[in-house]
Amino acid sequence: MNPPPTQPAPARAPASVYALVGNPNCGKSTLFNALTGLKQKVGNYPGVTVERKVGTTYTQHGHPLTLIDLPGTYSLAARSPDEAVTRDVLLGRRADTAMPDRIVCVVDATNLERNLYLVHQILDLGRPVILVLNMMDVAEQAGLKIHTSRLEHILGIPVIACAASSGRGLIDLKLALSRTDLPLSRHAWDIPPAIAPAVSELQASLQDNDDKPPLIARAEALLLLTDQDSVRVAGSTPLSARTREILQHWENRWAADGTDWAAALVNARYDSIGLLTADIVSTASTAPVGPSRSDRIDAWVTHPVWGWCIFGVIMATMFLSIFTFAGIPMGWIESLVATISAGVSDLIPPGELHDLIIDGAISGVEGVIIFLPQILILFLFIGLLESTGYMARAAFIMDRLMSKVGLNGRSFIPLLGSYACAIPGIMAARTIEQPKDRLVTILVAPFMSCSARLPVYLLLIAALVPEEQVPVGPKILIMLLMYALGTFGAFGFAWLFKKTLLRGAPPLMIMELPPYRLPRIRDVLLQMIERGGLFVKRAGTIILGLSIVLWFLANYPKVPENQPEVDPLSYSMAGRAGHALEPVIAPLGFDWRIGIGLIQSFAAREVFNSAMGVIFAVEETGDEEETRTHLRDALRAAERPDGSKLFTPLICLNLMVFYVFAMQCISTIAVVKRETNSWRWPLFQLGYMTGFAWFVCLLIYQVGHTLGY
Amino acid sequence: MADLVTLSSLAVGSSAVLREFPKQGVAFLRLREMGMLPGTTLTLVRTAPLGDPIEIKVRGYSLTLRKSEADHVMVEPAAGSTMKMTNFQ
Ligand SMILES: Nc1nc2c(ncn2[C@@H]2O[C@H](COP(=O)(O)OP(=O)(O)OP(=O)(O)O)[C@@H](O)[C@H]2O)c(=O)[nH]1
Ligand SMILES: [Mg+2]
Repeated sequence: MNPPPTQPAPARAPASVYALVGNPNCGKSTLFNALTGLKQKVGNYPGVTVERKVGTTYTQHGHPLTLIDLPGTYSLAARSPDEAVTRDVLLGRRADTAMPDRIVCVVDATNLERNLYLVHQILDLGRPVILVLNMMDVAEQAGLKIHTSRLEHILGIPVIACAASSGRGLIDLKLALSRTDLPLSRHAWDIPPAIAPAVSELQASLQDNDDKPPLIARAEALLLLTDQDSVRVAGSTPLSARTREILQHWENRWAADGTDWAAALVNARYDSIGLLTADIVSTASTAPVGPSRSDRIDAWVTHPVWGWCIFGVIMATMFLSIFTFAGIPMGWIESLVATISAGVSDLIPPGELHDLIIDGAISGVEGVIIFLPQILILFLFIGLLESTGYMARAAFIMDRLMSKVGLNGRSFIPLLGSYACAIPGIMAARTIEQPKDRLVTILVAPFMSCSARLPVYLLLIAALVPEEQVPVGPKILIMLLMYALGTFGAFGFAWLFKKTLLRGAPPLMIMELPPYRLPRIRDVLLQMIERGGLFVKRAGTIILGLSIVLWFLANYPKVPENQPEVDPLSYSMAGRAGHALEPVIAPLGFDWRIGIGLIQSFAAREVFNSAMGVIFAVEETGDEEETRTHLRDALRAAERPDGSKLFTPLICLNLMVFYVFAMQCISTIAVVKRETNSWRWPLFQLGYMTGFAWFVCLLIYQVGHTLGY
Repeated sequence: MADLVTLSSLAVGSSAVLREFPKQGVAFLRLREMGMLPGTTLTLVRTAPLGDPIEIKVRGYSLTLRKSEADHVMVEPAAGSTMKMTNFQ
């Protein structure tokens, strides 16, 4: 095969589009953030980025450049949906993304050979490439010496040594990005002679019959020969009949004479890489010997006994912190809200508007926002786990258990991520190769107790466990129980689905274990603030809106003057809806007022708290002297018509269980629809989860009630 | 040439040279692309607490594999090999 011509790319308008490509976990997003100032999620495990993200950086002269951060991949022969995103963007198959005309290949300098495999494929695309050797700090610590200028000379493209996390080398990179005359690589390699004619034939056919530009046709021809599953390679646009015929012809021929064509291609690339790296990497005599730091840590973390203890301690610490450290900042938020309410009361005379603002807007938002400290602590913990490298180890030690339910350890990462929110969890399932395993993971991910449930649990636990003086022990235990229930629910249904609907081969568990790294505090805090900010924004928009709507629904229509005996809440729109739902939920022990909360929760779970705030504030309006009470006290005081308590311990528990299992989140439904490309699965999920929740709660209430609770 | 054994039967901490790979199978192409080729040296670092999967070191990085895949990978144990870690992180 002819080497691509060595000539500078024509100078073009400075609006170049650069794609950031590389193996998983080599630091692409860190680099992207450093260049664009954006806040892409960064974490120390493979598969953090699962969707493209476009940002802007500026040349040294201040011209804008477009940068696209992409999911990591080991090869252009994509095997999972996240890798397919990268392949499709590079090959210009995505309608929503301009085809990048230049490529920044990021490689992990500690691991050149494997990282260069993808670079090797990318150079075949014949576009200007800048090679970034990232993690140079780690490479130097390991005693690796890399002769950058020699590599630059052999490849004929800019090679830049970087440490993205400390900003080293970024200026050089910017200079390179600003160049208008980026050269094409002069590197050439030999396709094995047995395969070369097939590549030419396929390339010609892809050009003629599939309308591909020449260089893309060549790259696709090579991909078709590396991956036996041509449907997967072809992506959304199926191959023309002629191309398929040629492919079939060659495959049959090679099968007959015993040529292992895919292996031959991979070997040829690695041979070429071996020649390339031979003179480029040397190990210093001062290099540390013996097991590395990560190996020493792993001796504990993956130890048959200590491994589980460490896992348990991490989880326990997380929940303990949620309960203990949050008290003080919660007090601040409470007093802040009280000050605001008092200010509003002074400004606005008593009346409808006053009530709307105090009982609708403020108390609705407060019921949710009060739990911001807990949410931040949860995100901080998850962020720390993600950035140290522990996530991949958790997947490693959990794999065996996961395989019992037919999933693999990789599914554990999306599931653990779902403790924060099911949406990134469901997105993270893109890293799972087999479509059925991915679907099962998506279907069960919302069982993992997300942060939107946390406010509901915390409110109900506060209402359930009587006094503040009681040690936190029982509270944590109840909380752990809820998280455990959700987790078991997820595993149980995964097992069921793998046995019935989505039967398939046991999944693979090919996963790179990254070295442990000290978390970059900046990344962890940014991530926490970013997510905390989203939570606050939700409270200030969706929850505020819903609270106001609910306040109107709960106050109108007004009871006519001539019927003073009618309960105003029952008479209102919300009350009527609650009453309409009551027959369905009465067997679970829930009354119509809880029903109002349940209906609203289908928009977002934490709205339950706002709804309770609005409803029980409405009920107490008769008492003008009423001081602001805690919502938990209002719940404790709430009574049924016969004078018995509404929120008995059994009801509180049962409600929590309902929230564990029921699917109540419009955003999740929308994301599942997008990720599975049909309404079928999100609707199925809505049905089976909510149905299961109803059934379990029925059982709990009926048994509990019979036993006299 | 020494006798070939399966990768999964290696002792923890011992090294071996990869010799044979099945031609077909989804997993094996990706393993090849990740640099596990005939002639590559591997070290079995550890097995997970519950016995599966295993962690191997290849070309300086750590990789996990299920035993069911490792069963199909034939290796030639390095003579007198013991715990011999690479220097890379
Ligand atoms: N020591 C060191 N660590 C780095 C460097 N660059 C990135 N990291 C760390 O490497 C890990 C991975 O970084 P990411 O930016 O998430 O990697 P990525 O390539 O985007 O990964 P995927 O999205 O999973 O493909 C993070 O823990 C970073 O903090 C570097 O130059 N030196
Ligand atoms: Mg990334």
